[in-house]
Amino acid sequence: MASVTYRHVWKRWGDVVAVRDFNLAIADKEFMVYVGPSGCGKSTSLRLLAGLEEISEGEILIGDRVVNDVPPKDRDIAMVFQSYALYPHMTVYDNMAFGLKLRKTPKAEIDRRVKEAAEILGITQFLDRKPKALSGGQRQRVAVGRAIVRNPQVFLFDEPLSNLDAKLRVQTRAEITKLWQRLGTTFIYVTHDQVEAMTMATRIAVMKDGVLQQVDTPQHLYNKPGNVFVAGFIGSPSMNFFDVTLVEADGKMYVDGGTFRLEVSPKHLEVARKYKGQQVIFGVRPEDIQAKQYAPPGISPAHLKAKVDVTELMGNEIFCYLLTGKKSFLARLDPRTEAHPGDTIELTVNMDNIHFFDPKTEQRLN
Amino acid sequence: MTAQAVSRKKHGVSWGQVFVNVTLILLVLIWTIPTIGLLISSFRTRFDIQTSGWWTVFPHRDWVTVEEFQPGPEVDRDGVMNLAGAQGTFEEFRAGITLPDGRRVLWIGNKRIGRVAVQERQWVMNTNFTLENYQEVLGGKTFEVKQPDGSTITVQGSDFSSAFINSLIVTLPATVIPILIAAFAAYGFAWMKFPGRRLLFTMVVALLVVPLQIALVPILKDYVRLNLNGTFLGIWLAHTGFGLPLATYLLFNYISSLPRDILESAFIDGASHFTIFTRLILPLSVPALASFAIFQFLWVWNDYLVALIFIGASPDSQVLTQRIAEMVGSRGNDWHLLTAGAFVSMLLPLIVFFSLQRFFVRGLLAGSVKG
Repeated sequence: MASVTYRHVWKRWGDVVAVRDFNLAIADKEFMVYVGPSGCGKSTSLRLLAGLEEISEGEILIGDRVVNDVPPKDRDIAMVFQSYALYPHMTVYDNMAFGLKLRKTPKAEIDRRVKEAAEILGITQFLDRKPKALSGGQRQRVAVGRAIVRNPQVFLFDEPLSNLDAKLRVQTRAEITKLWQRLGTTFIYVTHDQVEAMTMATRIAVMKDGVLQQVDTPQHLYNKPGNVFVAGFIGSPSMNFFDVTLVEADGKMYVDGGTFRLEVSPKHLEVARKYKGQQVIFGVRPEDIQAKQYAPPGISPAHLKAKVDVTELMGNEIFCYLLTGKKSFLARLDPRTEAHPGDTIELTVNMDNIHFFDPKTEQRLN
Repeated sequence: MTAQAVSRKKHGVSWGQVFVNVTLILLVLIWTIPTIGLLISSFRTRFDIQTSGWWTVFPHRDWVTVEEFQPGPEVDRDGVMNLAGAQGTFEEFRAGITLPDGRRVLWIGNKRIGRVAVQERQWVMNTNFTLENYQEVLGGKTFEVKQPDGSTITVQGSDFSSAFINSLIVTLPATVIPILIAAFAAYGFAWMKFPGRRLLFTMVVALLVVPLQIALVPILKDYVRLNLNGTFLGIWLAHTGFGLPLATYLLFNYISSLPRDILESAFIDGASHFTIFTRLILPLSVPALASFAIFQFLWVWNDYLVALIFIGASPDSQVLTQRIAEMVGSRGNDWHLLTAGAFVSMLLPLIVFFSLQRFFVRGLLAGSVKG
């Protein structure tokens, strides 16, 4: 059993609260990703679990054991650091064997495990080299290898891909996922990159200012973000938000943004009725806005006109910054769309995928 | 930035570089010229050292006697004399009378039986070198010295060898002990959490400003009571104490700048503080350890005051600096021995410096964190 449980965990440095009442249950063999902007407490939460920081209040369990007072080395965890943290004066082999040697593992066993890990990671030919003779990606593998040989119950990754270039990052991302499938161990992974979170996690914990915002599967998190922050953080480019009023006319509900009026689809009618006449935050993702003639079939369409401000051609699509009144928003348009700055174009919004948030609490309404 | 501004900036940089280079050259000259002089003097004979400067070994123009004669008794030494084409009184000849062709006529010796020399300017070098100074300094109890007149005299040699060994016996432990203690302390101050850490460290750093002279008498009193006076252990402890604040401070600066991740990684790998210290901190701190080792070694090797006070005058345990100082005192004018002795004492520090210098290379940490 290698589940991990946080129970009302707080971390304070003097008056500064880094982690506030953190509650989370991570199941065995889960790939949990902590994501959030820098300074949100995600790394601190991980370091609390690793035992590198002391818990101010609450308790953390690995399996059934409370580990608050257990030193890092006895928690049966392994951690991969952003900076790799390799021992510069040791060879790759010694780097990987260091932890096992300290645990008085028999020599033959060390040798077997190191070679096996090197095999998995494809670094067998580098075993005699010092870290400085390796590239960033290779160092990263050594750092992962050092974690693997220990055969821990829980793997912790603290932004392990941040120092790699974009291409290598994508590649390593897939490799870590593969590794997780192969090892069948609990992985806890910290990143500020929501793409990494979306692509790797079985569940994502979104954090902000030391507070856990939402924990869910990537799909659910994307489709039903729990509050404005999560909605804006998950997804790239991020969701558009409008301050609107929900109004009723001719027995239909409309989202009234002043310069536009969009009919609420049947799917969201019930919620819209409930908040009839009230101000809400209306969220719609850029890919749910299309030029009228390229709108996909099978959606609940609603139309608005907007002025093109700036366009960015991405090849497979156009990122189009639009203006309705003074409000700017972004749409991912079909590349065939004729959109030139200054033009006014007709757009179709997919009203099935819309989000309502309370303007005061910023919590999700639908 | 405009082209003008760029060129102005370039101009400023080049002047700055000129200034830096000129200053450096000046500093190097100021430091090396006396040392070269000392080195040259140490190879010159006693007579040469006492009569001319070390720079006369280089080619230079000097008066050389080309003709010498004894004026006859008929020459009136109290009146105006006519000698070798020059005319003047005795006082004028004593000062030297320059002839129109550039030669000069000089009276050497006293009025009655003095001689007259005709000299001219010539390029000369004074290359009368000898190893006798070194042989005498290093060569044991007695030594035969050849005098300029061909006779030999037996001289009491300085016997540096025992002083040299004593210096080593004092210096090596007095270098190693403080480094070991300071490295432990620096690690503790940098990476271990304990109450009063900040205060203790501040106190250690504050000790840097305490001059060691004010501690000499109290320590001496304690040593007398503990029977440590005049022993090597006593001077090791003294140097350790005086060296520790700086050592702790320097090593703290280095050790606290080691990447935190490496230590945390080792913690998770299961290392104790002691293991981290011996397996990670010490190997990674070699540049800092080496640079402090050089400082401490030079300081102890060249120290005279502490040795004088805690070792005292016992000839069996005297160190090099004491022996050299004694040479000045007991031999007064024996510069030739002093120069050789000084150079012998400089030899080991030079070797230490050049052999440890390679540890100063930066980038020992290259490869541990990103890159």
